[in-house]
Amino acid sequence: MNVLSQAWGWLTTSANWSGTDGIPTRFLQHFEYSVEAVLIGALIAFPLGLLTGHVKRGGLVVTSLANVARALPTLGLVVLLVVVMGVKFRAVMIPLVALTVPPILLNTYEGVRNVDPQLTDAAKGMGLRPWQVLWRAEVPAALPLILTGFQFAAVNAVANTAIAAYSSFGGLGRFVIDGLATTDYGMVAGGAFLIVIAAILNLVFFAVLRKLLISPGLRQKKPTT
Amino acid sequence: MRSAGLFPHIPSYLGTYGSLIQQQLTMALLSVLFGLIAALPIALLCVRYPKIYPAVVGLLTVIYSLPSIALFVLLVPSTGLTQTTVIIPLSVYSLAALVPNIVEGIRGIPEDVRLAAIAMGYTGARRLVAVDLPLAVPPIMAGLRVATVGNVSMVSVGTVIGVGAFGALFTAAAQLSRSDLAVTGIVVIVALALACDLLLVVAQRLLTPWNKRRSA
Repeated sequence: MNVLSQAWGWLTTSANWSGTDGIPTRFLQHFEYSVEAVLIGALIAFPLGLLTGHVKRGGLVVTSLANVARALPTLGLVVLLVVVMGVKFRAVMIPLVALTVPPILLNTYEGVRNVDPQLTDAAKGMGLRPWQVLWRAEVPAALPLILTGFQFAAVNAVANTAIAAYSSFGGLGRFVIDGLATTDYGMVAGGAFLIVIAAILNLVFFAVLRKLLISPGLRQKKPTT
Repeated sequence: MRSAGLFPHIPSYLGTYGSLIQQQLTMALLSVLFGLIAALPIALLCVRYPKIYPAVVGLLTVIYSLPSIALFVLLVPSTGLTQTTVIIPLSVYSLAALVPNIVEGIRGIPEDVRLAAIAMGYTGARRLVAVDLPLAVPPIMAGLRVATVGNVSMVSVGTVIGVGAFGALFTAAAQLSRSDLAVTGIVVIVALALACDLLLVVAQRLLTPWNKRRSA
């Protein structure tokens, strides 16, 4: 119970809850960086996924890209860009975004590509234009998988933001890295628990989003990681 | 500095490229192996008792979303600054990638095939080993590939607690401001991961000779 008591001791020290390196500030930073990474990643990946899925082409490129991205070590990318570009927001944001693109791209592609052709044919038969078929039939039907893609992207973003703290970046990873540097294990464990809480809140958010957005006529489809 | 290019001179305290590669692969592949050993019985239970499956998947999703850096440092008091501390979380991540694929793989076996196997006298464990698992090889391999590629890369995060194998190049790159070390680390890790991936693809071809004719 040493870990728990040390973490608890650190978490309940009121001094740790205020200031620019306090828990609320770091929590908000973590949230902000993760959301930004997912949104920028989505701007790139979502249209590409819709396009490749709609025309049912480019699958090999999309899946290979996802595979290579999974092999990319976040820590290495962060260190490389910071060494080359200096400690800049952009230097850390690039690797974070790079690792949110593949899950959104892959799942959007797979989701849209695998929509039941009867559904799209019916939509076409009703006189919908191609982009109306996409928005009114394909996207709603593919939504379970699309949301799974966004969820994986967000999971990556939360985890990688924590790792990015290794190079003087903000967020909750700061506590882990600084705690290790100053051998303050209470801070390390407290920070790790906060990261775990952030990860779980992220999942809760997506569970709620799924309840709200997915048409009740659709059942959960198998995710593609 | 004797060598240049892809394999720059590395600080001597890191050891050699060979030893770093060996550590990286040992930790990554042992994690996949432990994950697979644990995943099989869990998946079989989920096939037998479908009611527990959604809860198991939910739990695995939660575990999978927990960042490795947090799990590593939380384990340090129990398992120390050792390879075990890195292997345990990565094994659990592998489990999360494998269980759903094994379950879907076995569930996806066509009913007529299952009935034919039963009619031929395959029951219990023999049917599992001789019929069910071989037919479920493609989805199981898909899970193994995701787990392996991810693990080979994620081992490097262990360097924050001093057991990162190739990740040590990133720590050194940051401390010495040497981009060449970071590039080498990234290139070698991606190459190792994709090489393992390729081996699994080849293994799958060899394990499922019947698929070649069908897909060709």
